[in-house]
Parts: sequence; structure tokens; C-alpha cells
Amino acid sequence: MKKYTKTAMFFHWLIALMIIATFSFGLIMVDMPGITPTKLRFYSWHKWAGITILGLTCLRLLWRLGHTPPEYPSNMPAWKKYAASVLHVFLYVLVFGIPISGYLYSQSSGIPVTYLGIFPMPVIMDPNPELKPLLKNLHYVLNMTLLASFSLHVLAALKHQFIDRDGTMKRMIP
Amino acid sequence: MKTLFKNKTITALFFLIAVTAISLAHAALTFDPKKSTVTITAKQMNVPMSAKFNKVNATIDYNPKTPETTKASVDIDINSFDLGDPEYNKEVLAKDWFNAAQFPKATFVSTSMKPTADGKLTAFGKLTIKGKTADVSFPVIIKKEANSTMFDGSLPIHRLAFKVGEGDWADTSMVADEVVIKFHVVVQ
Repeated sequence: MKKYTKTAMFFHWLIALMIIATFSFGLIMVDMPGITPTKLRFYSWHKWAGITILGLTCLRLLWRLGHTPPEYPSNMPAWKKYAASVLHVFLYVLVFGIPISGYLYSQSSGIPVTYLGIFPMPVIMDPNPELKPLLKNLHYVLNMTLLASFSLHVLAALKHQFIDRDGTMKRMIP
Repeated sequence: MKTLFKNKTITALFFLIAVTAISLAHAALTFDPKKSTVTITAKQMNVPMSAKFNKVNATIDYNPKTPETTKASVDIDINSFDLGDPEYNKEVLAKDWFNAAQFPKATFVSTSMKPTADGKLTAFGKLTIKGKTADVSFPVIIKKEANSTMFDGSLPIHRLAFKVGEGDWADTSMVADEVVIKFHVVVQ
């Protein structure tokens, strides 16, 4: 069975690890009590990680648009192929939407983002106390939707590997 | 007798006009709290962050003909500091930062003024924040518009010189030492 390209695998696994780390980090940092230098530092790191994920995902999408992924197994029913494709598109939408919502949430709070503490990122939104709680919720809801979609993605991959034994998952294993 | 009375009335009238004119010329300019602003910009991990003081009062004695005699004093209510987030505001008023409970006011009192160009001068004075006083000087641009006069300027300070941000917050890799105070004072 044909596999994904090495570049596609690299993007997939690197971004996956970064998302898991940044997601967990986000949950930890918002639970830290009060305002402390450590907490602010964590917020900055979280934002830098988010920008990195967004940048890598742009590159990944460009690569994906130029390279057709390997076929699904021929015995896979059409509806399952369709469902898998829809889920993949949805995951892409979330992986773009989540850092963008976080970026806007930060700017609505009057805090622009300086990537790695060096590069000031463009300010596309003025401080906005009305939109701030909405963007905060949006960032959270999108993340929880990602958690659900990610779980579905992992469960489906594991089902292909251990129940269907059709080699679908192996296409993404180096 | 009648002429004397008349003269007296006229004299009194002239005197009254003169007094009114003088007092008008010397009337202290009224500070406009709605149009005036005092904001600060600080950098947190190179992220520029702005905040403003919502309650400020200033007394300015300014005569365009003798700008060197300008006198200014500014009172800033520390508890009116607004970073745009209640949790942050609470932290900044706490002991390590402004210690607003003990030092509720920051003040600036001018000591002298040096006109540098038309509508421009350098203000010298004493800035007190968190009970610590430092000599400061900064350029001021003066503009007249209709019946109000505007004083604009900014002055960079070092927060650690005033012990603003102690303990863990003294770390300048987190919040930079330099903070810029920007003011726009309108008087009528």
C-alpha cells in the first residue's frame, strides 16, 4: 500500500505533537491562580506555539495541495471514505481556526503578539471589551471541538489498524 | 456735588472693569478631565501594553506671553489605573506594583520651564510615584484651539527607580524597566 510522502508525515506528526502540547499547556496556564510572571511567560509561550502551529499548517496545506495523498483501501465503503475526508477537512479548519481565534482574543484584550519575543505580529484588531468574552469562548469551544474530532480521528485510525487490519494507518507511519 | 457723585460712579465702574479684566487674565485655567488623558506604555516580553489613568487632575498656570512662568502640577489617582482587565488591574494595585493602599497618588510638580521654540517648552519638575521622588524633564508641545489649550508630551521613566514591580516582578526580561508616560492635558 502506498504511503504518504515523508514531508507529509513530518508535518503531520510534528504538528500533532505541538497541538497536544499547546492544548495541554493552555489548560494548565489558565488554571494558574492570580497574575504572576510565570503565568504571563506561559501565556506568551502558548501564543508563540500557536503561531508556529499556524505557520506549519500553512506550509503543510501547500504541500498537501501539490501532492495527492495515497488511496484509501479499495474495499473501504464509499461513505467511510467520504466521512474520513470530511473529518480531515474539518480538522484542517479547526487547526487554522484555533490559533486565529486565540490571536484575535489576545488582540481584543489589548495584548498584541510578539512572536518569540522578537517579531511584532500585525495588529488587526483594536482592544474590544465587547468581543473579548466572545472570542475567549470561541477559542475554548473550537478547542473542545478539536478534542472531539481528534478523538474520532485517533479511534478511526486504531480501528483500521487493529480491527479492520487494512493498512490505512500505516500510510502515515514512517 | 452731582458731578462729584457722577465721577465717583464712573471711577468705581472703571475700577470694577479693571479688576475684572485683571482677574480674567489671571484666572486659573480650568482642567478638562474629560478631554485630558494620561496613559502609559510598558513592554511585557516585548509586547507593548497600554494602560490609562481614568482619574487625573491638573492645575496649570500658563500665559502664552510668558511661557517661562508656566506652573504645572498633576495629581494622578493610582486606583484609577486601567489595563483593560479587572484581574490585571487588581494585581497592578497590589503591594509589589503600585501599592495603591499606601500610595494612592502619583504627582508631578513643575519647578521650572524652559521655552525651546514657539509653542514648545521643556518642563522640569519632581515626579513622585509610590512615595519616591525623582527629578524629571521632558518636552511639552502647546497648542491652542478655540478657547482651550492643549499640553502634549511623553516622558520615559524607569519603573524600578520608583520600585514599581518588586519581588518577582523586578525581572526586566518579563516587564521592561522603561515605561513611557504619555499625557494630553486640556485646559480652558
